[in-house]
Amino acid sequence: MLCDICHKNPATVHLTEIIDNQMTELHLCEPCAQEKSAQREQQFGLSDLLAGMAEFSKPQQKEAEPAVALKCPNCGMTYENFRKIGRLGCGECYNSLRRYLAPLLKRIHGSNQHLGKSPSRATRIIKKKMDLQELRNRLKTAIETEAFEEAAKIRDKIRELERKANESRPS
Amino acid sequence: MNLNDLLNHQSEWLKDTGPNSNIVISSRIRLARNLEKAPFPHWADKKQSQQSAEAIIKAASKVDYLKTATVFNLAELDSIDKQFLVERHLMSYEHTQKPDHKAVIIDDNEILSIMVNEEDHIRMQVMQSGFNLFEAWNIINEIDDALAKELSFAFSLDWGYLTACPTNTGTGMRGSVMLHLPALVMTRAIDRVLAAIAKLSFTTRGLYGEGTQAMGNFFQISNQVSLGLSEDEIVSNINSLIRQVIDQENQAREAMLSKNRPLLEDRVNRSLGILKSAHIISSQETIELLSMVRLGCDLGMLEGIQRSRINELFILTQPAHLQKAENKKLTSPERDVKRAEIIRNKLNI
Repeated sequence: MLCDICHKNPATVHLTEIIDNQMTELHLCEPCAQEKSAQREQQFGLSDLLAGMAEFSKPQQKEAEPAVALKCPNCGMTYENFRKIGRLGCGECYNSLRRYLAPLLKRIHGSNQHLGKSPSRATRIIKKKMDLQELRNRLKTAIETEAFEEAAKIRDKIRELERKANESRPS
Repeated sequence: MNLNDLLNHQSEWLKDTGPNSNIVISSRIRLARNLEKAPFPHWADKKQSQQSAEAIIKAASKVDYLKTATVFNLAELDSIDKQFLVERHLMSYEHTQKPDHKAVIIDDNEILSIMVNEEDHIRMQVMQSGFNLFEAWNIINEIDDALAKELSFAFSLDWGYLTACPTNTGTGMRGSVMLHLPALVMTRAIDRVLAAIAKLSFTTRGLYGEGTQAMGNFFQISNQVSLGLSEDEIVSNINSLIRQVIDQENQAREAMLSKNRPLLEDRVNRSLGILKSAHIISSQETIELLSMVRLGCDLGMLEGIQRSRINELFILTQPAHLQKAENKKLTSPERDVKRAEIIRNKLNI
């Protein structure tokens, strides 16, 4: 049997790898086997750890779209690139690769929700969201306590805020 | 500001003025920020990197606090200058690699530095002497707000500030405190303390950050988690941890003093003796001996030697600082001679 990499020397090292429950066998000659293991050791760093974690956090159910096909439309980074490098390509990647990043972030930080500061532009959006939530809560209480006049006023206010939010949303 | 001016300037982190400065050398807050839509530095092509750098430098020039700051383009600095800035903790070693379209902005007081196109588009840090994380956070928070008026940062409501590496996502904040823990090392209690710190998801590093070894009993402790906590919570958590480490170090110092004062006095004074008389000395040996002398100052064993002078020697004896002082390249053996000379001059007054 000849080496699977150089196809010249006889294969003396037999390597079995299991990745994603798929078993692959490699038959290598001594020099090619050494080179392969050297490459491994060299590459193993933070990116591998991260990639390993990302691997763990793959959604369990089979999805129609294979992970490698996911690509960020803004910068062109694929999930496969991210797995190799351990770094994202741009801020938009967080949206494009969201499916994989959500469990990964949870695993790294133990949380999935930012609670820190925001740039002022974002603060305004958050404030609008919180105002709406607050009004909905008040509406609920008003209905529960049968304060219908009050409830009607709150309902109008909510409608107005929702209309404004829709107008400002980019088409 | 010229890089040579810094030679005669005492770095903020070595001033020895802040709270608990017998044990805590400095407190530092770093924030990672990126420009919306622009590819992160490692993924950007030359033109994109240049555009990002220009936008950031322009924005920084409009921030009041940075009006007198200086922009250094990494491509224009020689290797000694770059190492000089690393030794002063004004930028990372990583930032010296592949210098195209990278810059560092440094304020006059050396409190603030902004690395442009490091791992993220913006890595800004504020340094304070002693145990003073909240003050560092207050300063950097304002600068961040001012920059956010000029630039659109990559941000999501769910995940906060979006960074190249998911380990920094969220607040993009890393708070670090540099501690001098000789008694914990000498009483061999340090491993227990470091193991406890690691369990609480904090990391410990050496004097020069990521991947460096603890030298001369100096340790840098920082938070690992950046998402799911507010900045104030992150600072409070580090603070309460550091307070405990300070207590442990103080207890170890007292125990050593009460059990074996002569041994301690012997080590402190021998260290000072070697520093005062050596004619060849490596940077490793220098740091270890200075650490003992610093402990001697803390414990009131050495009359007439100020801790700030010891702090100054930590930095003046670093390789790039020696070469800048001499204004020429020095080989390692030449540096060992020059280093010993500077130490003798500073200590034999």
